[in-house]
Amino acid sequence: MMQNKDIKRLSLYLLFAPFALWIILLVILPHIGMVVLSLKEKIAPRVYEYSFANYLEFLHEPIYWNTLLRTGSMSLLVTALALLIGFPIAYYIAKIAGPRSRGGLFLLCLIPLWVSDLIRAFGWILLLRETGVISNFLLWTGLIGEPVEFLYNDVAVIVGLTYTVILFMIVPLVSTLDGMDNAMIEAGYNLGGSGFTVLRRIIIPYAMPGIVAGCIVTFMLTAGSYLTPILLGGKNSSWFTEQIYNQFITRFNWEGGAAFGMLLLFFTSLVIWLGLKLSGQTLANTVAKS
Amino acid sequence: MLVQKKATPFLLGYRLYVVAFFIFLAAPLISAGAFAFNDSLFPALPWQGFTLDWFFGDTEPKLGMFHDRRLLQGLYYSFVIAIFVSALSVFVGTTNAFLFVRGEFPGKNFFYIMMVVPLVIPGVILGISILVLASDTANYVENRFDLELEFLRPGILLVVVGQFSFIATITSLVITARLKKFDETMEEAAFNLGASRARVLRTITLPFLRPAMIAAGIVAFLVSFENFNTTLFLVGSEAPLTITMYDRMAKVGSTPVLNAVSFFLMVGSGLLALLSIVIQRDRSGH
Repeated sequence: MMQNKDIKRLSLYLLFAPFALWIILLVILPHIGMVVLSLKEKIAPRVYEYSFANYLEFLHEPIYWNTLLRTGSMSLLVTALALLIGFPIAYYIAKIAGPRSRGGLFLLCLIPLWVSDLIRAFGWILLLRETGVISNFLLWTGLIGEPVEFLYNDVAVIVGLTYTVILFMIVPLVSTLDGMDNAMIEAGYNLGGSGFTVLRRIIIPYAMPGIVAGCIVTFMLTAGSYLTPILLGGKNSSWFTEQIYNQFITRFNWEGGAAFGMLLLFFTSLVIWLGLKLSGQTLANTVAKS
Repeated sequence: MLVQKKATPFLLGYRLYVVAFFIFLAAPLISAGAFAFNDSLFPALPWQGFTLDWFFGDTEPKLGMFHDRRLLQGLYYSFVIAIFVSALSVFVGTTNAFLFVRGEFPGKNFFYIMMVVPLVIPGVILGISILVLASDTANYVENRFDLELEFLRPGILLVVVGQFSFIATITSLVITARLKKFDETMEEAAFNLGASRARVLRTITLPFLRPAMIAAGIVAFLVSFENFNTTLFLVGSEAPLTITMYDRMAKVGSTPVLNAVSFFLMVGSGLLALLSIVIQRDRSGH
């Protein structure tokens, strides 16, 4: 009996080791390293001092915090759009489509998920640019007299970002709605609820874990995206990840870049935490389930 | 209105909306793929006729992707990186599944959250934090012991490690979900029949997990292949395909050879994704 217990303990340690190595070496230590680096200030070549200088620079330079605010507000907008556009699609797939078309439609949603952001952005460039498909099509129909540039503006960035992340909203929503008993919806109608009441009082509360999971992933992916805003927004996309890249790679100011990274991480974590608190959900029953 | 299936105007409008959405979903992918077959030097209308030159052409200006050394190299590096990432992630995903489904230890919920966290950290942050730690360590060792640890400088190893740091979460979740469905009486029966622990694991538990492990491996492979954000900061001279393509786009502008690569990748990843879905569906019995 004793021996059995020892084996159990040993196997627990053996199973814990890869997990601990992964989380400590690749997640915790790197983030501690980043915090430490972000608190360093270069006062002379190879001479550093601990201070909040990098964070103060962020506050003093309006272009930096404006970029973060812009990234944050546009990400929230994209998340809201993805939910508004995506929810009816997820509901259709889970509840309205026939059993046969349901699998097919869901598959149609899953496969583009594995196409690189780069290719999707490239596709949008070919559609939206001055010599692109849409401009050409409108010329051909005679709606416009000369080629129009649809790229390099905020609308293009928002369309591209919504496109990139919307499937991460739809897939968890479909899984959640799929588990919902149709009888619940019928009961709502039988008790005299209107379509809107049933949606608000029955369907949305039920789908909440899926909604929250979708919103968290969508928001995080949008705020952390790099390719789409740069390729579709052009020079003045001013996305915060671009600032981080500039600090790190272009200006070789790792201390500043680390501080910006921490600010982005803090900002996205704050929004995610607020979202979880307001909706009364936890990370384990939302993101982990999708 | 929300469940009825009568052909009301509302339902008709709803269907049109769904159709419009799928057109929206397909349009950029089609435009990225279709221009690979246009016999023109630019990926734009008008249509100049069908060609396969952007795949197989061996002379400039129509150098096809299969004769473009930089692109082929990128493809090769992506492949190598993805193989390592998916092997590592499936291994750690499997041990994590056993740890969290079978193990009983204090702070289990906390550690489970820790396991999910890498998925909600922006990829850019994972990239720079690992870059910072690796460089700090390498610099320290260099100053202290006068030893140059080349593998801690940006390169393939760091890319693999960086991608693994969040892909391991995905594989862990997939395999954990499958292990939770396992009926432990099957193991008990085998024990009662006198089988050893190792044998039960090999002949009963692992075969049950295999579909989830294969599916998780494919997903890890695909996520690694298309990753850009984390890779961007960790890449050395051996650039994987997404980085090579991005460079090409930024420096040369869009040429139809990029459409050819896009087409190739979309077909490849589409087939793999399909395979992973079929594997998971068929053997799990629903």
